[in-house]
Amino acid sequence: MKALIYLIPISLFLGGLALGAFFWSLKSGQYEDLAGDAERVLLGDEEDRPL
Amino acid sequence: MTAPATGGNRGISADDLLLASRAVGNGLRHNDISVPGVMCGGCIRKIEGAVGGLPGVVHARVNLSTKRVAVDWQEEAGPPPLGVTLSRLGYDAFLQEADDGRDPELGRLIRALAVAGFAMMNIMAFSISVWAGAGGEIRDIFHWISAAIALPTLLYSGRVFFLSAFRALRHGETNMDVPISLGVLLAFGMSLYDTIGHQTHTYFDASVSLLFFLLIGRTLDHVMREKARTAVKGLGKLAARGATVVDEDGAQRYLPMEEITPGMKVRVLPGGRIPVDAVVLEGRSDIDVSLATGESAPEAVLPGSRLRAGTLNLTGSLLVAATATARNSFLSEMLRLMEAAEGGRSHYRRLSDKAAALYVPVVHGAALLAFLGWFVASGDWHQALTIAVAVLIITCPCALGLAVPMVQVVAAKVLFERGIMVKDGSALERLADVDTVLFDKTGTLTLGQAELLPGVAPANLAIAARLAAHSRHPYAEAIARAGEDLAGPAFEDVAEHAGLGLEGVLDGVHWRLGRSSWALQKAVDNAPGGTVLTRDGALVETFLFRDSLRSGAEGAITALQQEGLPVRILSGDTPAMVAGVADALSLPHSAVMAGLLPAEKTARIQMLVKAGHRPLMVGDGLNDAPALAAAHVSMAPGSAADIGRQAADLIFLHPDLSAVPAALKVAGQAARLIRQNFAFAILYNMVALPLAIAGFVTPLIAALAMSSSSIFVVSNALRLNLGRKDGAGVHDKDGVTDAAIRRSALPLLEEHGA
Repeated sequence: MKALIYLIPISLFLGGLALGAFFWSLKSGQYEDLAGDAERVLLGDEEDRPL
Repeated sequence: MTAPATGGNRGISADDLLLASRAVGNGLRHNDISVPGVMCGGCIRKIEGAVGGLPGVVHARVNLSTKRVAVDWQEEAGPPPLGVTLSRLGYDAFLQEADDGRDPELGRLIRALAVAGFAMMNIMAFSISVWAGAGGEIRDIFHWISAAIALPTLLYSGRVFFLSAFRALRHGETNMDVPISLGVLLAFGMSLYDTIGHQTHTYFDASVSLLFFLLIGRTLDHVMREKARTAVKGLGKLAARGATVVDEDGAQRYLPMEEITPGMKVRVLPGGRIPVDAVVLEGRSDIDVSLATGESAPEAVLPGSRLRAGTLNLTGSLLVAATATARNSFLSEMLRLMEAAEGGRSHYRRLSDKAAALYVPVVHGAALLAFLGWFVASGDWHQALTIAVAVLIITCPCALGLAVPMVQVVAAKVLFERGIMVKDGSALERLADVDTVLFDKTGTLTLGQAELLPGVAPANLAIAARLAAHSRHPYAEAIARAGEDLAGPAFEDVAEHAGLGLEGVLDGVHWRLGRSSWALQKAVDNAPGGTVLTRDGALVETFLFRDSLRSGAEGAITALQQEGLPVRILSGDTPAMVAGVADALSLPHSAVMAGLLPAEKTARIQMLVKAGHRPLMVGDGLNDAPALAAAHVSMAPGSAADIGRQAADLIFLHPDLSAVPAALKVAGQAARLIRQNFAFAILYNMVALPLAIAGFVTPLIAALAMSSSSIFVVSNALRLNLGRKDGAGVHDKDGVTDAAIRRSALPLLEEHGA
């Protein structure tokens, strides 16, 4: 049971990170144009960089 | 893509582009152009490549979801030729108004939703342990942690509901948000009290889940309204944003519309719209007045003729003197008529409002009764309050809150993919109870594009087509189109006499194509009116025209009649022309009302509404904008005038008229699903309410009930989507499937080397 003292805060913190990441993705405009971004993956204009 | 109809967009001028742009810093200006024809990745690359490569353009990005192009260009380089570039690629382009784009309300709602979701999931995780049998100290710790998570969530995500409920209460009324806020706050308060008192059950997860599900409904409702509104708004302007004013000394300046005063001299070039009501000073031309009167035949004007704002100048350059300000012009008259008509329609109460009006007092009443009843019966206020809170929560406005917006969002998406844009949910509701359909003629049933009647000798057509290629008059364009495949002689030089016709010399022979009174030098006894081709003044051929029907018009009318909906035509054009169209569509002449002025059209519709009918009006422009506003629900084609698009509830972007029966079908399906959802929500409440009053509801049951009822309602709404995938739903024999649209666009794509 002692483990809960630090496990619970850790889990809440990780959850909070996920929430923060979602907010960041909202702000950076990743949801502006879902259909367009899907197509852009297939356009492939940039030169392929060597591995 | 089809060529824009004469009633629609004629290209984006540099001046319009500048006026609609907004500065974004670094000497750059930003414009948004709506391009409804964008469909896939290939379009993105084509457009970004072409527009991005224009001189002065710094950045061009296509948004495939909203079908818009955002362009940033350098101010000093001047506005780039966007309209022309996009047209050349085969896309209709419509200029958007300068707006700030961002929607702060949506951002707030989504963030509130995310926080509520996070809190709900974490609190439920702790609840699992408690339900699994955690006891004593551990249980208390978990309860405290749940409280700590729930409190900030309530403050952040619950704000939407609390503020709305507070505002309503301040005015002495109640709305849906009052029982919700009450339920959430009481549940939290009581759970906190119980936590301090080391009790077994707490309602933290129920109160946060309530917020989560309701926020989903709120967000969907908001998304639906905003998406449609921004898509429809500013699809292009009928009235130019400004006009070229000629000063006394002959200098020309471009002024915005509001600054044009009576007496100012304005130059209107061929292809431009008359900016304000005016009288012609110099020049002769033909004017397309279909937007004002619905007449398909262009009107010839001379110095002294009066012009109405918004009509299109076709052939000659005109110098006109303004006789009214923009505000007092014909356009604004229409706007005022429209607003008056719209006032009559705002009485429609949305389904969800009707449901809320019933729901709120029932829930409050039940909770109060439960509290009083249990208090009297057991004397234990705590238990009575617990049961009252359980009643408030379990009657879950979730199902109710999601029932309608979910279905409407899915329906709007299905329609959007078919090229039909809906302005808001109430439009879908109104569309479902339509009992009669009225069509405008010019620009709606017909493309507003003249078509040459067959029966012309090919040799004559070839010559006429060569001459006609030099003019923008709709009849000339029709002749040129009909004769474009024929090999014809090349004329040395062709002169266009605005308002009269075209004249050319070939091997010493004088050919004239135009008005018979001008073209014929030798008076003939029974001279035909209209357009003729003459050789050295002698009649060679007469040309007759008709307005070409919109594709799918016949099919649409048949589909509507099959549904049992009477169809009528309301038009401003002459009875003869309208009768011709009615015959082509197999409609009886009794279903036709011709020669109507805009105010008369509106009056007819208002008569129908007063008689208890619910008419659907399909129209395109100025001459029926007030009628569109007065009808129970209205649709306009994408090629419609800006005012028509603003007045209508739905807009169909693909030129095919099958959009009308398709929209009616989707609206009917949506109404059916909404009824099912409501029936389910009522049934669910009838079961849950007695259970709660009897005291059987624990937080576990409340959470389960809420989740499952919401999931059921959402899944039911998604069935609208499924019908489409089967192909047996929205698209039937009359409809045009996406595949068919792509197939018809293929030749165009191949032509442009895609």
